[in-house]
Amino acid sequence: MTSIALPIAARAPRGLRAVAWIGIALGLIGCWIALPPITARSWVWSLVVCLIAVMLGIGVLIRGERRFGAFAIASGVLGFTVGYLATLSGVGKLETVVVWSALIASTLRFATPLVFAAIGGMFSERSGVTNIGLEGMMLIGAFFGILGADKFGTWWLGLLTAIAAGAVTALLHAVLSIHLRADQIIGGTAINFLALGLTGYLYIDIYGAEGTPTDISGIPSVNLGFLDSFSFFDVIFGDLNLMIWFAVILIPLSWVVLFKTPLGLRIRAVGEHPKAADTVGISVYGIRYGAVILSGMLAACGGAYLSIGFLNSFNENMTAGRGFIALAAVIFGNWRPFGAAAACLLFGFSSALAQRLPEYSDSAAVLFQALPYVLTLIAVAGGVGRSIPPAAVGRPYKKS
Amino acid sequence: MSDLDQPPVGAPVDPSGLGPEVRQPWLERYDVAAKAGGLVAPVLTALLAFAVGGLVVLITTGKNPLATYRAIFEGAGFNWFLPWVQGTERQAAAFNMQQTLIITTTLVLTGLAVAFAFRCGLFNIGGQGQYITGAIFAVWIGSSFEGLNPFIHVVFAAVAGALCGALWAGIAGILKATVGAHEVISTIMLNWIAIWIGVFLFGLGGPLQNDRQEFVPVSNDIVEGAKLPVFWGDPVFQGLHIGFFVAIAGLIIYWLILSRTTLGYGVKAVGFNPEAARYGGINVPRNYFLAMAISGAFAGVAGAMDILGWQFRLGQDTVQQATIAFVGIAVALLGRNTAIGVALAALLFGGLLTGTSTRNLDPEIFRPELASNLTLLIQGLVVLFVGADVIVLWLMSRVRRRKPA
Repeated sequence: MTSIALPIAARAPRGLRAVAWIGIALGLIGCWIALPPITARSWVWSLVVCLIAVMLGIGVLIRGERRFGAFAIASGVLGFTVGYLATLSGVGKLETVVVWSALIASTLRFATPLVFAAIGGMFSERSGVTNIGLEGMMLIGAFFGILGADKFGTWWLGLLTAIAAGAVTALLHAVLSIHLRADQIIGGTAINFLALGLTGYLYIDIYGAEGTPTDISGIPSVNLGFLDSFSFFDVIFGDLNLMIWFAVILIPLSWVVLFKTPLGLRIRAVGEHPKAADTVGISVYGIRYGAVILSGMLAACGGAYLSIGFLNSFNENMTAGRGFIALAAVIFGNWRPFGAAAACLLFGFSSALAQRLPEYSDSAAVLFQALPYVLTLIAVAGGVGRSIPPAAVGRPYKKS
Repeated sequence: MSDLDQPPVGAPVDPSGLGPEVRQPWLERYDVAAKAGGLVAPVLTALLAFAVGGLVVLITTGKNPLATYRAIFEGAGFNWFLPWVQGTERQAAAFNMQQTLIITTTLVLTGLAVAFAFRCGLFNIGGQGQYITGAIFAVWIGSSFEGLNPFIHVVFAAVAGALCGALWAGIAGILKATVGAHEVISTIMLNWIAIWIGVFLFGLGGPLQNDRQEFVPVSNDIVEGAKLPVFWGDPVFQGLHIGFFVAIAGLIIYWLILSRTTLGYGVKAVGFNPEAARYGGINVPRNYFLAMAISGAFAGVAGAMDILGWQFRLGQDTVQQATIAFVGIAVALLGRNTAIGVALAALLFGGLLTGTSTRNLDPEIFRPELASNLTLLIQGLVVLFVGADVIVLWLMSRVRRRKPA
């Protein structure tokens, strides 16, 4: 797989990556020392550490590991920028904004719906079906999750309803793009429109002006009592929603499925070279149907987390572009589970930061919300080593 | 055409939506459909979408779908075309028609933005971002330069909007032309970047936020001189502005470029088959860039016309919630990327949007909040049936077979 999808990475020696990782870490440290609890008041320390990070990055870059080298350079430059800005601001303000435990907990909350949708999208794209309908599938999951939880009275039936509804939506996309060989972008656009219209319509029709009831059975949080004595970890992990833990399990699980099982090999084969897969007896249509439906179920889980895990209510278009961020995470993470999850964490962090930064400036903080899209644009442009999609993604396969 | 057991596609298996050189298979299906059906296929697509939408109305509310559609028809002011509608009813119809045409103006331009890129084999899903950047520049220029000659002011703002939209789409065009980045991904990203820039600019304390109303996240109002003159209806009650003629000019320019210029020839050649076009000496990357830039210019003008013609200001909520340029996708798809088709589809969707608005739909017959979502559903169904044109082609073949018998 590596040799197909990442020719550059495959050629470079392994040691270079370790150096690049050190560079990335140094960039983060350079930024971190200017923030609480250390709060170095001189920017010189930041500069020294971050310069080392940039030099390591350049060294790695010119030896051929372009993607990671660029990451290290970016980490150094960004680290110093943030560190420098932090030294300019008052300690009091810094301490209200940068509360690490709260920031990390909030990052996890923002990242969870993205992780579900992104892992789903990754399976779909790995099997060769572009899925820009993730946004719509999330929205369907969010609505039917709350509808199920309301009508059946328990959160887990709500979650199941969401998963079933997501599967049906994805089935529509699958039929369109596999059997009818429709353009997958048009199919995804149709899904997004339909989901927006259908959930809005049913929401008004069923709940009307009053909105969703307030006593809905939500997905419970997992209280880890034994963490009570470690306040830092308790704030982060002590009271996380069950879905967040599911997401944490989902990431390594999907990696194992995709790279260590025969099924995963089949999915990748179908996405890279359907004809060859067909020749050796793999059912191209079957695998693609399975992968697309799985993507719908997972995206719906992400949506259900938003409605019955996080907010306990629904409003029209509540996903507000998260499906597209998940799509961005798939691309930014190079169609790999850990890459996509790391991208989701990064994007979740930028959302968490945007939520806390208004302390400095009301309006400028929202620019952090644009970060995922800017980074992904740079990634597809090849700025940090090209993102290389599965070879057959977006192409309908015609059995002969 | 008669034999649909064979796939209607002459498409080779190989082409992908991703490779910059290879032709997308659905384009060929459009050609087949357009040649075979002319008006029939799009009309059938729309009818099918309305039929399914009607079914939804019937199942969920038990109301008569025909009565609902009739109310939407009248809410859109389409009864203005009927000569026997007279008196106050006619005045109301004229007013509704003006509202429909205001939306149609925007939809024609955003539809052309999608259609022009389609002709080059590109899917410009970023009309929304281009529309917003155009609107941002129009509102900025429109609300500055008080006392400038009105004609110069309007032209200045509109051209700035067009250039800005062209620039925004041009980013995606350049990426496609140079490194082959898929235009769908880059335009989606550019959409959201534009939205957040807009939220930043007009947010509380943002650079372009209103000077007088400190706690309203909205831009300054544009000055009187920058407003487009109204030629039909009362300017106070949002009559039809001359941006309507800009949209018509846009349709003519679209047709002229594509059918009468070397540029259009190159664009279409690349759209048909980039590999053959390259072999024939056409500069493919240049055409990718130009097609995206011209597309973006159409969307940018749409944003400028909305600001200068009837919105006069741009708020944070408008930036975040507007979907008018996404409707442009449905318009272009239903209009089969032809000038006339785009015009008719824009009128249809313009009417649908106006007819289902809270102000225009009789709540006795159907709740407007439901109806606006019905509009979204019908849009989705149109896009769905255009994508799954096999269904429509199959239906057409049934109709054909019956006729000669």
